[in-house]
Amino acid sequence: MTFTFDPSLKLYIYLADAAFLGFVFLALAGGVVAVGAKRLIHAVLGLATSLVGVAGLYVYLGTHFIAAMQILIYVGAVCISIVFAVMLARPPSEAERAPRAGPGKLAAGFGVGLFAALVLGSAVFATRWRAEPTAVAGTLQEVGEGLLTRYAFVFELISLVLLVAIVGSVVLARRGRRPAGG
Amino acid sequence: MTDVFPPDLIRLIVSFVIVVAFAFTNAAVLVLVERKICGHIQRRPGPFEVGPHGLLQTAVDGVKLMAKQMLVPRNADAGLFRAAPILSFVPPIAALIVVPFARMLQVRDLDIGVLFILSLAAVNVLAILVAGWSSANKYSLFGAIRAVAQNVAYEIPLLLSLLTIVIWVGSFRMSDIVAAQGGFWFAFTPMGFVAFLVYFICGIAETNRAPFDLPEAESELTAGFHTEYAGMGFGLFFLGEYTNMLLVSAIATTLFLGGWNGPAFLTTAGTGFWATVIQTLWFLAKVYGLIVVMIWVRWTYPRVRFDQLLNFCWKILIPISMANLAVTAVWLKL
Repeated sequence: MTFTFDPSLKLYIYLADAAFLGFVFLALAGGVVAVGAKRLIHAVLGLATSLVGVAGLYVYLGTHFIAAMQILIYVGAVCISIVFAVMLARPPSEAERAPRAGPGKLAAGFGVGLFAALVLGSAVFATRWRAEPTAVAGTLQEVGEGLLTRYAFVFELISLVLLVAIVGSVVLARRGRRPAGG
Repeated sequence: MTDVFPPDLIRLIVSFVIVVAFAFTNAAVLVLVERKICGHIQRRPGPFEVGPHGLLQTAVDGVKLMAKQMLVPRNADAGLFRAAPILSFVPPIAALIVVPFARMLQVRDLDIGVLFILSLAAVNVLAILVAGWSSANKYSLFGAIRAVAQNVAYEIPLLLSLLTIVIWVGSFRMSDIVAAQGGFWFAFTPMGFVAFLVYFICGIAETNRAPFDLPEAESELTAGFHTEYAGMGFGLFFLGEYTNMLLVSAIATTLFLGGWNGPAFLTTAGTGFWATVIQTLWFLAKVYGLIVVMIWVRWTYPRVRFDQLLNFCWKILIPISMANLAVTAVWLKL
């Protein structure tokens, strides 16, 4: 990808680049807000913004289905349940500031972040990427076939995990309740 | 010129402008239609003073809303408070780009058409939540909490009823679904009819309209999640609600009522100009027919209680739509 202006290229190529940079910015800015926000609800909305940015990157890669699922599940379900929990806990007028991290914790966090960035960065730059990614991967048919054939076991395993989570939440929710009339 | 602006880009920009203009016009017209129908149901003429039979009432109201100051309560979270109305009206307008108004009149025919709309609809709940929370008002907060409980619950039977059609056609693509209804419409088959009823009830609940308007129940919560909004902030919420009504009816038309197909012999599958006009007219006639039914329901039935609302969803609609889906799946394999 090149960001130098080349008049022989058509405008929409730059538009695609701009869209890509925009989504990257959304993902990163949302992440920064999610980590640094003083109010919990801002952090959750930052997370939602970041997830929308990632969904945009999926669109950029031509996998519309995964992008739609990203928004439907992560923004539409996960973020909303988090916001719901936060909202029941505390309205904005009583929001208090989270304690700031001390210099030791800050340095430790910075170090861990730098280490992760180095590992990921070296992995990214060491990999020889194919110049022309195949455009068909990630279409609806392929995802469906993959889930029901090659990845059927993983698919079933994940649904089992979700079932356990549902049963667990029902058990937790019932603990606080008295039986009717008892 | 075509080197710098490729035709597809121009087409995209023009169609976005048209879609936005359509959404605004639709809201302006529906506000008047709703007030007129409501008036006549209650044996009064409705707005009558501005213009002949009050036809210009919406224009005057629009000017009033735009001229009003947008107040932000002192304790409110100002940034989120301003962002919420925008978050509420952008997704339904964006979802309109996959709606097939006619065979040749569709902005983008995505292979995930139905999913695209549903994923955008999920953002709407977030907008209501943000609005209710950032207002720093207990009525707003209660309205938002109700909205989430209601929308999350009603999304399940809604998805299941749409899934019935999707497995029938075998595609999420809007044009495939319309093409599958060239001979018969899904609403006139037993399974399709059940799915249509479930979908329509859930659609009314998802747009937060009476008898499911608990998030903004006037008599209990003043105005629910938009209590603190004035001027265009309030206007944008209404724009979002009316665009959502349009969207719910457009999906119902596309998936259950044959899309742009006309009844029996009065139909055309052509791609010419007049064929497109006829198809668009059929589509809009069905969409606005459904919207009028939604308005009719709103002004006829009293609001349900919250436990009734949730019990109705979890104990009646979800089992029915599950059973319907199972029956359809078995029938398709026979």
